[in-house]
Amino acid sequence: MDMLQNPEFLSRLQFAFLAMFHILWPPLTVGLAIIILGLEATWLKTKNIFYYHQTRFWIRIFMINFGVGVISGIPMEFSFGTNWGPFSIASGDFFGNILGFETAMAFMLEAGFLGIMLFGWNRVSGRMHLFATSMVVLGSTLSVFWIMVANSWMQTPAGVEYVNGKFIINDYLAAVFNPDLGHAFWHMFIACIELSLVVVAGVSAYYLLKQREIDFFLPAFKLAVLALVIITPLQILIGDSAGGALAHTQPAKLAAIEAHWETNPPGEGAAWAVLAIPDAAKQRNLWEWTIPDALSLIVTHSFTGTVVGLRDFKPEDQPPIWIPFYAFRIMLAAGVFMALMALWTAWLLWRNKTRMSHENISQNKWLLRGWILAIPAAYLAVEMGWMVREIGRQPWIVYGMMRTQHGVSELPLATVQWSLLSFFVFYLAIGIAAFYFMRHVLRQGPAYEAAPKYIKNKNRPMSPMNDGGY
Amino acid sequence: MDAFSLDNPHHLLASIWFAIIGLFLIFYVILDGFDLGMGILSLAAPNEQYRGAMMSSIGSIWDANETWLVIVGGTLFGAFPLVYGTVLHGLYIPITLMLLGFIMRGVSFEFYALSSRKKLWGIAFGLGSLLAVIAQGFALGGLLNGIKIENGLFTGDVFDWFSPFSLMVVLGVIAGYSVMGANYMILKFTGELQKHAYARSKIFSGWMLFFAGIVTIWTPLQYPSILERWFTLPNFFAFALLPLAALFCFYMLFRALARCEERAPFIWSLLIFMFSFIGLAASLFPYIVPGAITIDQAAAPTNTLVFMLLGIGMLIPVMIAYNIYQYSVFSGKINPDAPSHHD
Ligand code: HDD
Ligand code: HEM
Ligand code: HEM
Repeated sequence: MDMLQNPEFLSRLQFAFLAMFHILWPPLTVGLAIIILGLEATWLKTKNIFYYHQTRFWIRIFMINFGVGVISGIPMEFSFGTNWGPFSIASGDFFGNILGFETAMAFMLEAGFLGIMLFGWNRVSGRMHLFATSMVVLGSTLSVFWIMVANSWMQTPAGVEYVNGKFIINDYLAAVFNPDLGHAFWHMFIACIELSLVVVAGVSAYYLLKQREIDFFLPAFKLAVLALVIITPLQILIGDSAGGALAHTQPAKLAAIEAHWETNPPGEGAAWAVLAIPDAAKQRNLWEWTIPDALSLIVTHSFTGTVVGLRDFKPEDQPPIWIPFYAFRIMLAAGVFMALMALWTAWLLWRNKTRMSHENISQNKWLLRGWILAIPAAYLAVEMGWMVREIGRQPWIVYGMMRTQHGVSELPLATVQWSLLSFFVFYLAIGIAAFYFMRHVLRQGPAYEAAPKYIKNKNRPMSPMNDGGY
Repeated sequence: MDAFSLDNPHHLLASIWFAIIGLFLIFYVILDGFDLGMGILSLAAPNEQYRGAMMSSIGSIWDANETWLVIVGGTLFGAFPLVYGTVLHGLYIPITLMLLGFIMRGVSFEFYALSSRKKLWGIAFGLGSLLAVIAQGFALGGLLNGIKIENGLFTGDVFDWFSPFSLMVVLGVIAGYSVMGANYMILKFTGELQKHAYARSKIFSGWMLFFAGIVTIWTPLQYPSILERWFTLPNFFAFALLPLAALFCFYMLFRALARCEERAPFIWSLLIFMFSFIGLAASLFPYIVPGAITIDQAAAPTNTLVFMLLGIGMLIPVMIAYNIYQYSVFSGKINPDAPSHHD
């Protein structure tokens, strides 16, 4: 393949690979931390040991996931300097500054209290432990916020001028609170919560299906589903609104997502392609299955609203189409699937109490299998959403201002081939190992630990691992 | 070159950021230094139980230690984008190797605890630590070798960091981190493992003295400007103080080891690191990339530096406070011979 002989393409592939691997882990950290905080607070309030056991069980999954998230995040930060040197130099005044905020405000906060959250059960008081957990929640949420500030600024670069190959900041706050930040942050943050609730529901469904630990997992299942009844439709609404905003901020991306070539004339609606075979060379779809006027309706909320088509952009300003188009449809399908699962289950819980009772829950084979399937669906939605967002932004690294090809470091081909291959091998091994150990922890089930002593006695000769560790 | 001239606020801010990033880097080198060093030493741990004890003794803090490097990266990117985009580019290979080392050792912590094949993950932990340390040595050596920059872009070769000089730096860094690791073990453990650590610390301290000496003599020889700074007269006395102070610390370190003290070795090795580091920073200033970029050239504009100072500068005491708190929660001796309750 020619592409693999091109260092610029390989740097893009490497960044894409690092990012797509990294994003497998933080969403569960962020969302599960919030769930764990809720469980732990309930334990402290009610002193009901059930909540303590729940807290400890989900913390074990949190921990494996967290470690991989950290070690896969560090290569990304450094790859801005190594592979994207010219981009870093041009945008560092703002972009680097924001990453600096993220590291000092978010990562350190998280890391500074994580040890106590994981291993400190018998070393600090209950309140102090709860405080540590809440600092981990705050830290991880702040890291979503700051990373989305940096990323959304690349999508809608406000508050800057691009002069002589450097971004000069004129308006700091406008750059931070750029037009895309609202949608980007909330869509990502809610994605973290949705994914984590789905993992809780799916893992619980697995146990219910196997008729194991029903006392433990049925309440977890019900709580997660009830939260999802609110979260899943909310996420669809935010996503819809994010798509609508693209019409103003990144029309070429929107047109690519929808394989929409020709701007619809005034007074006529634009059709929505459910499926299509787009052809960039011919600048049209070879085949398509469309719903009349639906695109205008989705984007502008009117039957005849204008939606700019791809042909209005020069071919060299058009993003790739295949991946954004299909990735978007997969995200949509996954989002709708999870919402329907939540509504279906909630309806059963409300209308058919005997069927959903302790004795009969295991009989709902398809319902429970559906929830297990929802776990990969949630991950798929996140991965596809990012592909839409980042590939749809091409050929710009900073939309409308700086092209990706001008941001890349000039590196010898062999060097990038070698680094890409090394990351690939390492991540493959880690991915498999992490999956294996997660399965191991899940198979073991809850450990029903004795309640913590909540006494301050720091000088007991014990190691952190065997002293009330995870 | 007056660092604190008030007429030039940009220069003042750039100097402040140089100092702050230096401070973060010192925190990193000392804190991750001892846990990376323990990683290297774990390759020769007397037995599997001791290796387990060594790994679990840093299980609760390695993440926070490594995060100081993430902060160095983030703040360097914001305050000196030119350095970030050129130096990391020039050091592509050592940086990538370091990241691969971090990946190996980071996951090993958790997988070791969960796995039944402890040895496999234990060795991955040790090798990952060693790889990261070697790579850091080459990165430092490469930086001191000089990074070729023209018109604000890196124009050298991807192998520029490799030289006999950088090899010496690598050996010095391995020895130095191992001393920190051994001295932490002396502080943390009792019994046989502690004795083992005393022996290691003595060997590696000798090595560290030897290589630190070579590097200290060789660095000024590479750069006439540094040589000149060291050996012009009023400066000479100031600069001579640092190696003398370091030598004194070495003496105290050997003495503390011979007397089997428990805390003192760690503190003396920490001071050695600090003096070497301050010596390095003082020799380079106002250059941030030796011979190529000064801090004024590399620094972001004033508004960025101020914004970052407001956002991050204020947090420094808070970050230090909660790190100390976390350390204090997990302070206390570990008996590595006690059976592990962990399954
Ligand atoms: C649980 C995960 C999840 C679910 C169910 C959805 N999304 Fe999403 N989507 C994401 C997770 C996500 C994401 C991974 O978090 C992205 C990538 C970047 C971002 O901010 O959010 C994203 C990006 C993203 C974008 C690109 C925004 C841009 O490039 O600026 C659009 C237009 C949508 N989404 C729209 C939707 C719609 C209409 C959905 C209705 C079903 C939907 N998403 C469900
Ligand atoms: C973690 C979730 C993310 C994923 C899965 C992701 C995915 C991708 C992909 C697929 C590309 C390659 C696009 C192409 O070359 O066609 C890319 C490029 C890039 N992304 Fe992201 N991205 C993520 C988050 C971010 C964030 C948060 C930032 C900024 C802080 C960012 C900055 C970049 C940069 C600088 C490039 C390289 C230049 C380019 O190709 O445009 N990414 N990303
Ligand atoms: C939307 C995309 C992203 C989100 C939501 C996100 C969130 C997080 C979170 C919550 C963590 C803590 C560890 C964990 O939870 O697994 C983390 C770790 C990390 N991330 Fe990301 N991240 C994203 C993309 C990126 C990008 C593009 C970079 C590159 C700058 C990056 C750099 C890092 C680093 C350096 C760490 C390690 C921090 C530490 O030492 O504790 N992340 N990320």
